[in-house]
Amino acid sequence: MTTLAATGADASASAPTATAGPSRAARGRRSARSWAWLGLIPFAAYVIGFLAVPTLLAIGSGFFTKDGSFTWTNVAALGDPVVLNTFANTGWLSLITAVVGAVVGALVCYALLGMNPEGAIRSTVDAAAGVLAQFGGVMLAFAFIATIGIKGVVTEFLSGAFGIDIFASGAWIYELPGLYLPYIYFQIPLMVITFMPALAALKPQWTEANLTLGGTRASFWLRIGFPVLAPSFLASLLLLFANSFSSFATAAALSSQGSQIVPLQIRTALTSETMLGRENLAGALALGMIIVVGVVMALYSLIQRRAARWQS
Amino acid sequence: MNRLGPSLTTRWIIGIVVGAFFAIPLISTFLYTLRDSAGGMSLERWVTLFDPATSAAIKPIWIGLGNSLVLALVTVLIVLFLLAPTMILMNLRFPKLRPVFEFAVLLPISIPAIVLVVGLAPIYLQIGRTLGTGTWTLAFAYGITVLPFAYRSIQASIDAADMKTLAEAARSLGASWPTVVLRVLAPNLRQGLLAASLISIAVVLGEYTIASLLNRQVFQTALIVVQKQDAYAPAIFTLLALLFCFLLLLTIGRAARGTGKARS
Repeated sequence: MTTLAATGADASASAPTATAGPSRAARGRRSARSWAWLGLIPFAAYVIGFLAVPTLLAIGSGFFTKDGSFTWTNVAALGDPVVLNTFANTGWLSLITAVVGAVVGALVCYALLGMNPEGAIRSTVDAAAGVLAQFGGVMLAFAFIATIGIKGVVTEFLSGAFGIDIFASGAWIYELPGLYLPYIYFQIPLMVITFMPALAALKPQWTEANLTLGGTRASFWLRIGFPVLAPSFLASLLLLFANSFSSFATAAALSSQGSQIVPLQIRTALTSETMLGRENLAGALALGMIIVVGVVMALYSLIQRRAARWQS
Repeated sequence: MNRLGPSLTTRWIIGIVVGAFFAIPLISTFLYTLRDSAGGMSLERWVTLFDPATSAAIKPIWIGLGNSLVLALVTVLIVLFLLAPTMILMNLRFPKLRPVFEFAVLLPISIPAIVLVVGLAPIYLQIGRTLGTGTWTLAFAYGITVLPFAYRSIQASIDAADMKTLAEAARSLGASWPTVVLRVLAPNLRQGLLAASLISIAVVLGEYTIASLLNRQVFQTALIVVQKQDAYAPAIFTLLALLFCFLLLLTIGRAARGTGKARS
């Protein structure tokens, strides 16, 4: 339907070009241009209806009570110690998993640099990184429950073979500390996907120039490699931070109770019917989340633009 | 080959350490599914999964998988018949609008799905009244979440093909616009369209946040429901789904490499 809408307008408007002389053709093309924008309407309507409006509704609902009158109460609740603590938890979780993911991911990229870009290992690692970075969520939680859950394979192996009880201090896997390993598990592949292009764009000629000028391998990385890659690395790190800050599925599947991180707190606010009048708290929490992720992503695109300068 | 790469030993050390971190949970999950009811190791759990007698217990998974496949199909249709034509039109007629367009389609990366759900809830209340609460309606939301991924795949193909010359050549030979798009441009973009479709399928099959908070039964929400009674079936489906998506993305990689060769 949309194809027809997009192309149909052009087809009828510029039909004369096929048969008429140059002057009419030029006029035909001009009128085609003036009608072609009609083809953009369906997509624009879709993006407005399902992206712009929901985002504005989400942010806006934080400023209103259930019966529609304006209020600061929900937004003021962002200053509540419980809410602040949740934001701090999420921030720490995101920061630590982003730094670990970025460093380990960069090392993987460095190791891949020596591989043939067309080879089987590279295409396998690329595909695996794509799966693990995007397909994590619920299934990642299951994998970790099967591994280091109460009856997990590794848990039982450790207690059976070495007498180590990893849950001696409580079932941390279902609480905040249990999120670190699964989050790192999807952060490393995301780093590989986002950082690899920057590393692959390092020009071999630069090593030659470095060698000709009497430099060593170490001086290459110290004086050329690291400075050139620093903006790309920082940009990827920010993306990883935003990624774990907005991640919901893994945490939702692992910890069925409590809301130690912001996305889980939004779920509680959305679904809880016990706290009367608190539904709009979800809107305020969403606003807080958008601010954090928005600032991080704005920095990301700023740095990314700087990094793109030498990558062409 | 890139001479900047590390030595073979360094490569092996990084490969083994990181590889182990990624392999252990997957291997453990596999070993976990081999535990049978008698306490030994066998393929019992895998066999009973496809046994009609036990199908009632895992029925939600099959229903959820069916719903997810319908959603994947509708989402792919949105990508192919709404996003792709708009991108073609944009590149041919409105190159100046491209930065604005690009900003809009990449926006879903920076808007967390959980935030989107807060605003989607009232909209879906409205959709439920007009279009019904059919599962397929969820694809409107999924179309937004796959936008950045689909956009990148298609744009790479558009950049590789000289669309303006192709379109002008076809037009001067008397082709109508629908013919130009369907028979001249689309075949030149097929790698990008294929990659965009496959990645959309992978994203839709893995999506949980929106479906779960809007109370829809999809593959991922069904896994959670079943996991509460039976921990093994969801683990088996997890391994199968990961394998399926791995093969899907491997195909995309091959397809992308194909275009790379054609270009150089």
